[in-house]
Amino acid sequence: MPKIQSVQELETLRAACRQAGEPEKPCLAVCAGSGCNASGAQEVIGALRKSLARSALSDAVDVKSTGCHGFCEKGPVMIVWPEGIFYNRVTPKDAAEIVASAGNGRHPVERLLYQDPVSGERVRREEDVPFYRRQQRVLFGSNGKIDPKSIEDYLRVGGYAALGRVLTEFAPDQVVDWVKRSGLRGRGGAGFPTGRKWEVLRQQPGTLKYIICNADEGDPGAFMDRSLLEGNPHSVIEGMIIGAYALGAREGFVYVRAEYPLAVEHLRVALARAEEYGLLGENILGSGLNFGIRLVQGAGAFVCGEETALIASVEGRVGEPHARPPYPAQKGLWGKPTVINNVKTWASVPVIIQRGADWYAGIGTERSKGTMVFSLVGKINNTGLVEVPMGITLREMIYEIGGGIPRGKQLKAVQVGGPSGGCIPTSLIDLPIDYEALTEAGSMMGSGGMVVMDEDTCMVDLARYFMEFLEEESCGKCFPCRKGTHRMREILTRISQGKGGEEDLKLLEDIGWMVRETSLCGLGQTAPNPVLTTLRYFRDEYLAHVREKRCPAKVCKELVTYRIEPTLCDGCGACLRVCTSEAILGEKKQIHTIDNAKCIKCGSCLEVCQPQAVVVE
Amino acid sequence: MPRLTINGIRVEVERGTTVLEAAHFLGIPIPTLCHDEGLTPYGACRLCVVEVGTPPHTKLQSACTVPVEDGLVVQTHSARVDRARRLLLELYVATCPQSKTIQDLASRYGLRRVRLEPEFETCIQCGKCVRMCTEQMRAEAIGFTFRGGRRKVTSPFRPQSEICRQCGACQYICPVVELRCHGANPETTLCSGCINFSPSCLEHHDHAMCSLEPCAACELAGPLRLAGPLRKDLVWKREEPEELDKGEVL
Repeated sequence: MPKIQSVQELETLRAACRQAGEPEKPCLAVCAGSGCNASGAQEVIGALRKSLARSALSDAVDVKSTGCHGFCEKGPVMIVWPEGIFYNRVTPKDAAEIVASAGNGRHPVERLLYQDPVSGERVRREEDVPFYRRQQRVLFGSNGKIDPKSIEDYLRVGGYAALGRVLTEFAPDQVVDWVKRSGLRGRGGAGFPTGRKWEVLRQQPGTLKYIICNADEGDPGAFMDRSLLEGNPHSVIEGMIIGAYALGAREGFVYVRAEYPLAVEHLRVALARAEEYGLLGENILGSGLNFGIRLVQGAGAFVCGEETALIASVEGRVGEPHARPPYPAQKGLWGKPTVINNVKTWASVPVIIQRGADWYAGIGTERSKGTMVFSLVGKINNTGLVEVPMGITLREMIYEIGGGIPRGKQLKAVQVGGPSGGCIPTSLIDLPIDYEALTEAGSMMGSGGMVVMDEDTCMVDLARYFMEFLEEESCGKCFPCRKGTHRMREILTRISQGKGGEEDLKLLEDIGWMVRETSLCGLGQTAPNPVLTTLRYFRDEYLAHVREKRCPAKVCKELVTYRIEPTLCDGCGACLRVCTSEAILGEKKQIHTIDNAKCIKCGSCLEVCQPQAVVVE
Repeated sequence: MPRLTINGIRVEVERGTTVLEAAHFLGIPIPTLCHDEGLTPYGACRLCVVEVGTPPHTKLQSACTVPVEDGLVVQTHSARVDRARRLLLELYVATCPQSKTIQDLASRYGLRRVRLEPEFETCIQCGKCVRMCTEQMRAEAIGFTFRGGRRKVTSPFRPQSEICRQCGACQYICPVVELRCHGANPETTLCSGCINFSPSCLEHHDHAMCSLEPCAACELAGPLRLAGPLRKDLVWKREEPEELDKGEVL
């Protein structure tokens, strides 16, 4: 492929790609994101290919593996184009039927269509599924349409058009101005206005400047950056090239976790293809812009998502943060001005250019603009990735998009913003999700993790879990974070074992406050959030642990006992068989009892007991 | 030259100085454990935090790392700063209760009670020794390994370092354990052997020096142990070593 020399050539190529793509040709687009892959998408793709070959349709129908659609709960999911029929929970066994019904205007396979849990109706198209109806998929919209390894697919959906526009119509200052006007704020967590950051960089003297894409997504349960890099890597690359033009950078880096092999692979392919087409390298599209992107893999430290630690890691030093100021935009990589933005921030840039800064600023709330991607996980019916306009309420997220709490349980709290976010109680369910509202509630936007918890979650245990994670992931450089997280975890463990006193709550608050105020970097400054918010909103539960030595959610092992209710036990012996510690007594057909001295409270008997005779007290 | 306000005093200092240096210039004491004039600022002990900015938009930042700039407003001893330092010191005393420096600081900040159990660690990881070894002695014989709670100062892969010249600078600059190396002699005597060319302890302890493993004296004296009820007072004794007499610390 000869390099594209000008923006006109790019448009000619796009037209050719569209022509070659045969928009009317049936195409089975199967999601091959990490979630669907785990539930068997590759097997489905194999079965579809085999099935097509058997029916001699291999040339008439395409099979495509696309990026993540977000509805991981119902995976593997797929769409049959051109009709846009959406199938969920597809198995290899369904392949023949899908192939038979593909194209020709035949009826879709009814049983694979999404069934509305309330009305029982089958829904044909993805956008009509309640999970998608409230979403506004600005960044993730193309994921289901394109093969992430194909640059032609990206061009077909309008890719690199924003770059063409910028290179022909915009002065660098104008790009910064547009980003500023769009109101885009950093999607990595802190929410610093992107335009302001870019402006600071532009004001720095010197010609050597760097840009970095932060793809070191380390929050447990968060996978939006991963899915975007896996599903649409070119959108991130395009954003970075536009950024390079605006900021005068010659070199960019993508810092991605080594734990994301698929993202690394797709990114590598995308970078190679973009170079081949002359979208990266010398004299991009004949504009005189020179820019290259290098891929750097992180070794899996949570703290390397912090920008100064990330820079240290890219430079080959130990990934430990240092104090700001000077900010990276003043003095960053190898001492040069550097802009670091999150994956989603970079991917938002082409959208802003294409659709206009005012259009983007029209979405969201007064101070938080655009869309935000959340990973909705935990005790919720529809787990997955959700892209919504800022300002949507938690209620809409949980009940309309998320489909409510499974098994009719009650919502207890939502943990927003990753491990160092805070727990928002049910009483604040009508809170609009934006940067300020979340901070005021003691939580934060973070990278967009959203863990939903039901009544069976113990808040003390939850805080202890997050403290354990943060203690492990603290780099250890500054004293309050290293020792503060350690001590808070110790105290929480003590409370969950029923050994805590009421004075421990004050101690937790004091240490939490101190760690937040004095820590060196964002990790430490936000680490006490889970402790402080649970103490603020669920103090009763802490008091029950320390005063009455009781765990209201019946989670803390040291504070509960298992018992078999004699009136309910039918003597089936199921619990007897699963008990690994031989703590259950009684012969078959007899009423069983639990020997508390031997019971390790693993909960196996609870799970298998049909008449629900096992009681936790 | 940038003009800034420290505790209400307008001051003009040279560009490139830090808030800590500016405060010291004015004679305002700011406590610190990880800062030294001859070493690059590190910002790890966090004791030098000061309140920066005009109310209500203020932030605690480490004075040793914040460069002065025009119009900066700094409070070095506000209620918020004092509370933060006191709580930090509580955590420090609980971590390294045997350190005289930390005890003195804690007493200066009016710390009366430590609510946490003592851990008797010998190192607060201020990084002074590592920077001393790298920046002043140009040896780079020691550094940090591991992360978080397991992080510690050691020589690479933990054998006695080949590039260590046993200059003793790391021990000299350590702010926490003043009596780190007692040499091979009984405790309470500071042998200072390490500043000689042939430290006497080396005959007995190959690895006693720059690797900062528990030093010879500690090894001889045995681990420290608490005497008296937890969290009530902080009096403890050394565990009785077989060959040595019982001695009280503190």
